Amino acid sequence: MSKTKMEFSVGLLLCLGLLAFVFMAFRVSGLAGSTSTGKQFSVLAYFDNVSGLVEGAKVTFAGVTVGRVQSISIEPKTSKAKVLLAINEQTNYISTDATAVVQTAGILGEKYIGLTQGAETEVLHAGSEIFDTQSSLILEDLIGKLVMAFVKKDDK
Amino acid sequence: MINGVMQYFVNIGRTSIESVQAFGRMGVLCWQSLTQRNTNMKQELTLIIAQLYSIGVLSLLIIALSGLFIGMVLALQGYTVLSRFGATEALGQLVSLSLIRELGPVVAALLFAGRAGSALTAEVGFMKATEQLSALEMMAVHPLTYIIRPRLIAGIIAMPILALIFNMVAIYSAWYVCVALLHVDSGSFWANMQNAVDFRLDVVNGLIKSLCFGVVVTLIALYQGYESIPTTEGIGRATTHSVVLASISVLGLDFVLTAFMFGT
Repeated sequence: MSKTKMEFSVGLLLCLGLLAFVFMAFRVSGLAGSTSTGKQFSVLAYFDNVSGLVEGAKVTFAGVTVGRVQSISIEPKTSKAKVLLAINEQTNYISTDATAVVQTAGILGEKYIGLTQGAETEVLHAGSEIFDTQSSLILEDLIGKLVMAFVKKDDK
Repeated sequence: MINGVMQYFVNIGRTSIESVQAFGRMGVLCWQSLTQRNTNMKQELTLIIAQLYSIGVLSLLIIALSGLFIGMVLALQGYTVLSRFGATEALGQLVSLSLIRELGPVVAALLFAGRAGSALTAEVGFMKATEQLSALEMMAVHPLTYIIRPRLIAGIIAMPILALIFNMVAIYSAWYVCVALLHVDSGSFWANMQNAVDFRLDVVNGLIKSLCFGVVVTLIALYQGYESIPTTEGIGRATTHSVVLASISVLGLDFVLTAFMFGT
């Protein structure tokens, strides 16, 4: 095998490796879509229960992703979960009385926060708070209630 | 009787001391071969390219073929289980995560140990047996810089590249089986995959894994060749040791790395 041919095949290997890396980055991990480069502003929301919600989860508005969950902590005074939402700056049309609901993608899917538009003309800005919130739906609780309802019916 | 028992403990002690010594010699070999000064950069580069050819390019076929079949098998097996729950759309996620995190780096490293590691050991062992290493030293060329270092560097470069190619081929073959044979929706296959795979957590960690495996497999192969008993039998034994040790080290190290990277 001549020297140039060998060097060519090694170069081809390196190119193939680079191609595979680019494939991994963009086609498989969807790097271009996941990192939003635009500026974001933070909005506060208090929930009774955010079981299953994680930092980095989606925040959607009418089903379209408009931000991410920035942090989850506990507010000791009210014993509620304090969730900080990072919302893209160009999303400047959500009214201040919008509803935030912890929703589930599919029955067993991941948890995310869905925002529903309110009636107020004033819009959310950095530091504002969403008052109207609904907690996660806990499947076990629901099943428990259902079972209890049946049991009571039998007693009668 | 007492002597026999004593001999038993003496043997245990000797074996443990010898294995620690061997470990130390391997570290010294790695350190010396990487820190030796070489003034002729162009010659160094030519040597590395020649080794990249024999280690990387010649391993490409077996890596790509194994990737092809492993991807297809993963897709088929995943389908039989997931179709029971009506969740066949999650196949992209299943295939890509198991490949990127575990199967890609590990299987590529095992194949690499079998294909390139054994060849390295045999090559260096024969160089020692035919006294080529001593001849180099006679000409004031250190065998560590001329023989060991290019091979070590080429192995460390080639391993992540081969693992990446393995992953790519496997994911595409899984995609082909899913979409063309099992009629899974192509769009949800890719979308689920992109949702589940994180670049930093999965792809970069997989790359770090295969980099570590590259160092371990190449170093073990070179050490076994360099320290082999220069006879026909000794080289054969060194080659076997090289593959067995490299495979076990890869699997053990994989557990440690996984615990570090993905264990919470």
